Amino acid sequence: MDILRELGYLISAFLFILGIKYMGNPVTAIKGNIVSFVGMIIAVVFTFFHSTVNLGNLWFILLAILLGSFVGAYLAQSVKFTEMPQMVSFFNGMGGLTIALISVVEFFHKSNLDSFFIMSAGFSGAIGSVSFVGSMLAMAKLWGMFEKSKKSMAIRIFNLGLIISIFLVFVILILKPSPWLLIMLFILGGTLGFSGVFPIGGADMPVVIALLNAFTGLAASIAGFAINNNAMIVSGTLVGASGTILTILMAKAMNRTVWGVIVGGFGGVDQTSKFEKGNIQEIGVQDAAILLCYSKKVVIVPGYGMAVSNAQNEVHEIEELLEKKGVEVKYAIHPVAGRMPGHMNVLLAEAKVDYSKLYEMEKINPEFKTTDVVLIVGANDIVNPAAKNNPNSPLYGMPILEVDQAQNIIFMKRSLRPGFAGVDNELFFNSKTRMLFGDAKETLKKLISEIKNL
Amino acid sequence: MDIIFAKAYIFVLAIILGFELINKVPSLLHTPLMSATNAIHGIVVVGACIVALTADSTFLKIVSFIAVFVGTLNVVGGYVVTHRMLKKFKKEDNK
Repeated sequence: MDILRELGYLISAFLFILGIKYMGNPVTAIKGNIVSFVGMIIAVVFTFFHSTVNLGNLWFILLAILLGSFVGAYLAQSVKFTEMPQMVSFFNGMGGLTIALISVVEFFHKSNLDSFFIMSAGFSGAIGSVSFVGSMLAMAKLWGMFEKSKKSMAIRIFNLGLIISIFLVFVILILKPSPWLLIMLFILGGTLGFSGVFPIGGADMPVVIALLNAFTGLAASIAGFAINNNAMIVSGTLVGASGTILTILMAKAMNRTVWGVIVGGFGGVDQTSKFEKGNIQEIGVQDAAILLCYSKKVVIVPGYGMAVSNAQNEVHEIEELLEKKGVEVKYAIHPVAGRMPGHMNVLLAEAKVDYSKLYEMEKINPEFKTTDVVLIVGANDIVNPAAKNNPNSPLYGMPILEVDQAQNIIFMKRSLRPGFAGVDNELFFNSKTRMLFGDAKETLKKLISEIKNL
Repeated sequence: MDIIFAKAYIFVLAIILGFELINKVPSLLHTPLMSATNAIHGIVVVGACIVALTADSTFLKIVSFIAVFVGTLNVVGGYVVTHRMLKKFKKEDNK
């Protein structure tokens, strides 16, 4: 029985590795996900090839799996594309919670608690709790609750104190095992998850979620050591390692460091704008339509504003209308436009925008010089020239779309409110910029009917 | 002791493999990849099933029931969300 189980785990480990490998390429990615799903099913099924299986419990286990599958599939199916990052964070938190619960059950149940078990169960559960509470808070932040960055020395000292007390409780637990100490350890871990994520601004949540994802992977692996399960050790470690690399890559794409996101970063920097605020020039829908129709080349820059107002279909319609009138239309996709890398690609693909019209930052930046009109749909920080010119700006150093080289800029925005990073944008005051205020979807609809009338 | 060391080898090799697998990935795949690895650590549901099989008191049965439930959420939700994201990319390739 047990040999059969291990054989099943071996196959599933192979499928996970193959799946992640396929996931690294856009062409094979969907196959990769299916391969890894098959691996997961094999792992779960073969788990029940257990020599000490207690069939009396089988009914509620199957019930829990059935319920979990139903609820999980329903949530994942019904979530809107704009809210997927939140959903990923939620599921990640569920993984962390599972690990903490496994440790609790095994701790109460096991008769001889050797120190290796206590160490691995305590450690994995503590990280699982950090990941659980941290992910829930990250999800809330992505939904717009307490999204501003609140970094302060006091919170840093509090967190340091928490880490020290977690370490102390951990040591006492090993010396004098008690389930209540274990639960206290998890409560402290959860508190650290909260106070660790709380001061980080909403703009950095993608990196935070990626990091917590790596944490859950690591915790899963260590929990595998605690309950002596090879499938958990292999898969957990794979996720821990690849998740860490992914976190670093994502931070790099936003020109941040992981350390800067977690500890330093936006909060402490002087954010008062140093540039001279000139006049803002507004443009009406009609004039904007004329400007667009009589250009040779238009580049559309989508951002989070497009995502929230769900305006990708309208954007696509404008693109088609302009193309019919002989205007060349391209999309400029900043690597971190929206709230997640790849966010814009997914949304525009949903609206059936041709993939070949989406240009990455490096490819489109040299083209702005020859562009007549840049149409910015709800983007802000990713086109802020302060990232290039103002060393005091928290955005300084982030690669941006160099839209200020184009002949005209139409800036579609709800208000003059600063972007997610909380920084003013001097592009508003640029002499080439025309502001077109209003909700992205509504304004685009008006724009569409104006273009049709021309 | 030997067994722990054998497992330590698995651990180290899996770390190296995990690093190597992800190293060069286009940024548009970052989010789906994060979601996919998120689904894979749903493997903890296996651990939840194992402890649930041995649970002998009502308290432990309830806790392990919740563990299996939330672990399954992680697995199924993770895979479905990833699949939905990737389906968007797939369409473009077929064109």
